[in-house]
Amino acid sequence: MKASLLLLQAGFAVLGAPLVSGFIRKVKNALRMRRGAPLGQPYYNIVKCMAKEEVVSEATSWIFRWTPSIVLGSTLAALMFVPVFSFSLSAPGMGDVLTLFFLFSLGRFFLALAGLDAGSAFGGMGSSREMFIASFVEPVAILSVAVVAGHSASPQGGLMACSMGMSFSGMVAAAALFMVVLAETSRIPVDNQETHLELTMIHEAMLLEYSGPSLAMLETAAHTKQLIWFSLLGAILWPWPVGSSAALSDIAAAAAFFVLKIILCAVIVGLTEVSLAKMRLFRVADFLGLAFLFSVLALVISGLGY
Amino acid sequence: MFFLSQNSRWCFDPLALFFLGVIALVSLPSFLFSAGYLRAQFSRGRSLLATGLTVFFVLSMAVVVASANLILFLFAWEFMSLVSYFLVVFEHEHEASVKAGMIYLVMTHVGTAFLLAAFLLLHAQAGTWDFEGIRAAAPAFTPALKNILFGLFLAGFGMKAGIVPLHIWLPYAHPQAPASVSSIMSGAMIKVAIYGLLRFIAGMLGVPPVWWGHVILVAAGISCLVGVIYALMEHDIKKLLAYHSVENIGIILLGIGAGMVFWSWGWGVLAAAAFAAGLYHTVNHAVFKGLLFLCSGSIQVATGTRDIEKLGGLIKRMPQTAASFLVGAMAISALPPLSGFVSEWLIFQVFFAGLRDASSGGKLFFAGMMACLALTSALAAACFVKAFGVAFLAMSRSRAAAEAREASLSMRSAMIFLAALTVALGLGAGLVWKMFCAVAASFLEPPASAWSGLFSGSWDLIRFPGTDACLRTPMIMLALGAGIAAVYLFVRLTARKRVMTAGRTWDCGYYRLDHRTEYTATAFSKPFRIAFSFFLLPYRKTEKIRDSFYHVKEFTYETATTPIFKRYLYDPMVRGFFKLAQYVKGFQMGSIHWYLAYIFVTILILVVIFGRP
Repeated sequence: MKASLLLLQAGFAVLGAPLVSGFIRKVKNALRMRRGAPLGQPYYNIVKCMAKEEVVSEATSWIFRWTPSIVLGSTLAALMFVPVFSFSLSAPGMGDVLTLFFLFSLGRFFLALAGLDAGSAFGGMGSSREMFIASFVEPVAILSVAVVAGHSASPQGGLMACSMGMSFSGMVAAAALFMVVLAETSRIPVDNQETHLELTMIHEAMLLEYSGPSLAMLETAAHTKQLIWFSLLGAILWPWPVGSSAALSDIAAAAAFFVLKIILCAVIVGLTEVSLAKMRLFRVADFLGLAFLFSVLALVISGLGY
Repeated sequence: MFFLSQNSRWCFDPLALFFLGVIALVSLPSFLFSAGYLRAQFSRGRSLLATGLTVFFVLSMAVVVASANLILFLFAWEFMSLVSYFLVVFEHEHEASVKAGMIYLVMTHVGTAFLLAAFLLLHAQAGTWDFEGIRAAAPAFTPALKNILFGLFLAGFGMKAGIVPLHIWLPYAHPQAPASVSSIMSGAMIKVAIYGLLRFIAGMLGVPPVWWGHVILVAAGISCLVGVIYALMEHDIKKLLAYHSVENIGIILLGIGAGMVFWSWGWGVLAAAAFAAGLYHTVNHAVFKGLLFLCSGSIQVATGTRDIEKLGGLIKRMPQTAASFLVGAMAISALPPLSGFVSEWLIFQVFFAGLRDASSGGKLFFAGMMACLALTSALAAACFVKAFGVAFLAMSRSRAAAEAREASLSMRSAMIFLAALTVALGLGAGLVWKMFCAVAASFLEPPASAWSGLFSGSWDLIRFPGTDACLRTPMIMLALGAGIAAVYLFVRLTARKRVMTAGRTWDCGYYRLDHRTEYTATAFSKPFRIAFSFFLLPYRKTEKIRDSFYHVKEFTYETATTPIFKRYLYDPMVRGFFKLAQYVKGFQMGSIHWYLAYIFVTILILVVIFGRP
């Protein structure tokens, strides 16, 4: 029962994830007084890519060919470790939020290798920058989750990806985590999804050699990863309903609330993107340094008991 | 021999057996590897010599670990150092080897001097050379004496383990030895130093004061970061791996240091768990670092170079070496579900337990350590993307790399064995963890009966005591495998008309790209070089030779980082010693008359002082 619910949840998450990206684009366009692409554009892109021919560079190896499956597969596996709809719906006893982060690392590791595999300078540039930013992201992400988990003992033990109630320290940690989310979902001010300018692109640079179904897989993985980060943020900042059972009615309520949270996240991200400019690469270290400061602040606040 | 009483020559307690196991796990594949490797690199006589020396090297390590007597320990320790010195200078026709050997010899003897002082102190206080006797006498030691012993042991064993700032011999010495020996040095020898720390500090001196743990943790944190940052800047594959040894010794000591802090706070079970996490990483590092060094040897045989900027495209020429290296690289980058992930996960849990339950100052301290470990593991991943990506992927950057051949059977089987072991240590985590918990509990006081809460899990499940976190690596593997298979099948079924065309890498419409337009390792690490410039102090040298004002005929460009430990710590020290030597030269001018006069004066003084009836 529970396993099938888990799989169902994963299926919903993957299917719904492109919609979130489409919604963010819609928000941004609305703020810029444009009509923009339809809400379902990410779906059209994926379907279009699936039907297309694929060009693979002669310089590449099996790493390049297998990376899309590994990246999307590890993102699907990561879905097991985050409470998407409800806390009762994350696999117990398999691992904790650290497993989630390291599964993301696995995907990133292969994506960065694939970026280098074609022998193009663009790809290498993207890999180098991605790994650079990831190394500053990781301490902030782990520390802020640890603060939240340490503040109140969580039901499943260890560093679970949720808090047990709203607290001031949890909010400060969520602020740090929000900055991490911007970096991890390649949003302004860290990266820009809308441009393919070699000076600025990071994530897109690694994907530059991909086409056809492989590109579709990587795009899906990026959408899903974004949804996972948003739901993590939601579970930490605003946990409700806490400790609900696996009964269907509870899950339905939780799912409705979840949709609300994701919409909120998407609007905030859209607003941030429209109102900020992209930073130079080396300013990103300062940006994430600030995030680290927030997570330490959260720790101090939680030490004071708030 | 007078110092060996009949029943205390050897000790085969769980701790010793554990480290004997580590030595065996690394040495046996290395011997297998060396069968093919030495033949490809050296003449018959020299390979025989190398094998013989390696046998003595491994045996001396085993004696160090199994001895239960200070003098036997010290003799074996010194023997181990000397034999490994001969292996470092094995290719003595290269000047780099001789220089590396010199640095190694000096550093290791300074370390041994600290140990000698500590052992003499122990003997003077306890009146015996036996471990058992010393352990019995240790509770009576004064705190001041214990602190002195702690300092001496930390310096002595830290020198061998390569704790920053005592690490500088490591990136010189490890790369110069033949690869099969580097693998043993990095996989096993520096672990013997960890054994020494555990045996003498944790196993003899009893419950430590909390600042010992703090000192070890801070040293470990610094070692982690310094090691990995230098590794990122390094493009010699073996030096890169040697710097990663500094990093991983740091990670091991993070577990041990946290264990000592917990122990002194009286958190017995958590302390044992922290020690066990450190031991887990010890084994993991031994296995995957041994593996990576063997792969570097295989690359060296195939291409004749260790510079990754001259490699590239090896994955097509040497698929099995590449796959083995990839497994090692993934493990050292702590990617699930391999072994490195499990041990780093455990150490994160240790810190989380500290962060959750300590008082306010301790919270911040453990949070800092946690961030340190997180940064280290992410930087290590970046470094291995660089190492694997530049050495194995894309186009070959030199003719040697383009014509590389896969390694011989003995070399391949050794690498594949260690790669399989890396996977097994990850998937069988519960079983392994249970074993290491037992080892950790065995050398801590009180006796093992107090550790009932330490281990509760099954063969596939780790349940971390204190935080109740669970990890089930086989299930993670299953989820990963199912995810990847599902994606593959889905694409296979839906994109039925999937056509793959081989094409050229996108070159923006210019001429065909070649290896000179590839992204290099130097370029890959540039963001890191700039971000850590406060520590690395990078500089560049440009030289222009002009025909005229308008035309530059030749242009050379060089970029490097400043080795600050060498320049600001060791160089002044060496200069100081030379100055001292100059000063001493004033007394020692080589004239026998003066020496006779010295002897006469000395005797006179002795007679005056001690000559009274």
